[in-house]
Amino acid sequence: MIIDDFILRALLAGLLVVLVSGPLGCVVVWRRMAYFGDALAHSALLGTSLSIMFDINPLLGVILTGMVLSYLLIRLQIRKDLSSDAILGILSHGALAAGLVMLAIMQSQGRRVDLMAYLFGDLLSVSWNYLIWLSAVCLLVLGIISWLWQSILAVAVHEELARSEGVAVDRVRLIFMLLMAVVVAVAMKIVGIILITALLIVPAASARRFVKSPESMAIMAVIFGLFSVLGGVFASMQWDTPAGPSIVLVSVILFFVSRFKGSV
Amino acid sequence: MDSFLLRAENIGLQINQRQVLDNINLSIKPGEILTLVGPNGSGKTSLVRVLLGLIKADYGKLQRKPGLVIGYVPQKMHIDMALPISVLRFLQMGIKANIDETSYMATTLGVVELLDQPLQSVSGGEFQRILLTRALLRKPDLLVLDEPAQGVDINGQQQLYQLISGIRDEFGCGVLMVSHDLHLVMEATDQVLCLNTHICCSGHPEAVSQHPEYLKLFGASLDGMAVYTHNHNHSHDLSGGVVDHQHHEGCNHDH
Repeated sequence: MIIDDFILRALLAGLLVVLVSGPLGCVVVWRRMAYFGDALAHSALLGTSLSIMFDINPLLGVILTGMVLSYLLIRLQIRKDLSSDAILGILSHGALAAGLVMLAIMQSQGRRVDLMAYLFGDLLSVSWNYLIWLSAVCLLVLGIISWLWQSILAVAVHEELARSEGVAVDRVRLIFMLLMAVVVAVAMKIVGIILITALLIVPAASARRFVKSPESMAIMAVIFGLFSVLGGVFASMQWDTPAGPSIVLVSVILFFVSRFKGSV
Repeated sequence: MDSFLLRAENIGLQINQRQVLDNINLSIKPGEILTLVGPNGSGKTSLVRVLLGLIKADYGKLQRKPGLVIGYVPQKMHIDMALPISVLRFLQMGIKANIDETSYMATTLGVVELLDQPLQSVSGGEFQRILLTRALLRKPDLLVLDEPAQGVDINGQQQLYQLISGIRDEFGCGVLMVSHDLHLVMEATDQVLCLNTHICCSGHPEAVSQHPEYLKLFGASLDGMAVYTHNHNHSHDLSGGVVDHQHHEGCNHDH
């Protein structure tokens, strides 16, 4: 079987993204930040429509919107009379609503906007140009994660203990939020806004049972992610299913297998 | 001016318009054990958090010896089950790990058999000793323990306090600890601060235990001062057997 050029690009893009979503997803699971991931994903739609409006690189637009969301979250969390759960819900859905309204405005102005591509991903249309961008961004994120790994881990284990030992907890948290915003921006192309959080948490959750150290969990999450991308893209070719949801579906099947298969 | 590890002057803190700490002055010297006692809601944990730099006081002055290394043992700690981490890895986090030193310290504190276990699988008492081991591996000048005996049974508590004063003797570090129970820490402490938003009284443990301010705070909640004076007498007579103390308390109460 000859692998078409676009399939190769899709595979490469998927593999690059799971390389960073694996370790990042582990931290999301440890720190229970799945809802924050959802909020970022929702803000990505707003970021995209703003990028179209101001004619800037959509990747940049999504990252900037994610940063604004993270900043608002931190500011709103200072007053303790609302839970972060409620605040996140407001930001998340506020951003989604704003994004949908903006997109409708764009469309009414006669711009062609493919909503489905944003919601469910558009992996098979990845260009070589996008791949170059993607590799640069993913390598940068991976570099920052490795550089800060010990501090990220210390904060995940126990924030106050880390703070008392001199870890710059607030800085680490902020950088981690920014990294998530970046990963959401790049993962949007792969699985779409609705399913980004799944790409973060499902491979990490599947990895949990087989590992005894934080690092092995990160590596194992990458491996689960790789198989999800391979399986999903293959299924998409074979049965003409949408690539993004197929990848997530494969990862979820792998999760169930990892949970139920032969309780050792 | 005498040497100190940590000195607080006129510390005050408000949380939600409520005065939590007011006019707190204290200083901890090397090799000294300072115990904070006080009823629930008296601001003990808040004071510890201010002293550690985890929260900022609204007013007052906090001085640290330059380069002060603090070993902190928090009150209770939840480690998410989703985070795979062994006891050994937890001990060596963030420090230049030396396995000989780690296993020596783990042996001293009786946790060496646990090193390969998942951190979440150990018992409450074991976890306290692991936290203590971790704090000591940082070679702290000051050890800060928030209710170290929580979740430890009464025999274990006695041992734990002996261990803490043994640590002070061996490593010469200062110790700041929080306790809800003065008579249990009495033998292991040099100085007691009785806290109820402000410092009610302070000084040598035996003096504090008979101070009217102290008795006013604790007397009511613990069935009168007789328990205290009684217990105090007995801790001189008996060297071990805390359970016996309790038995006698009961007898005394019936008189």
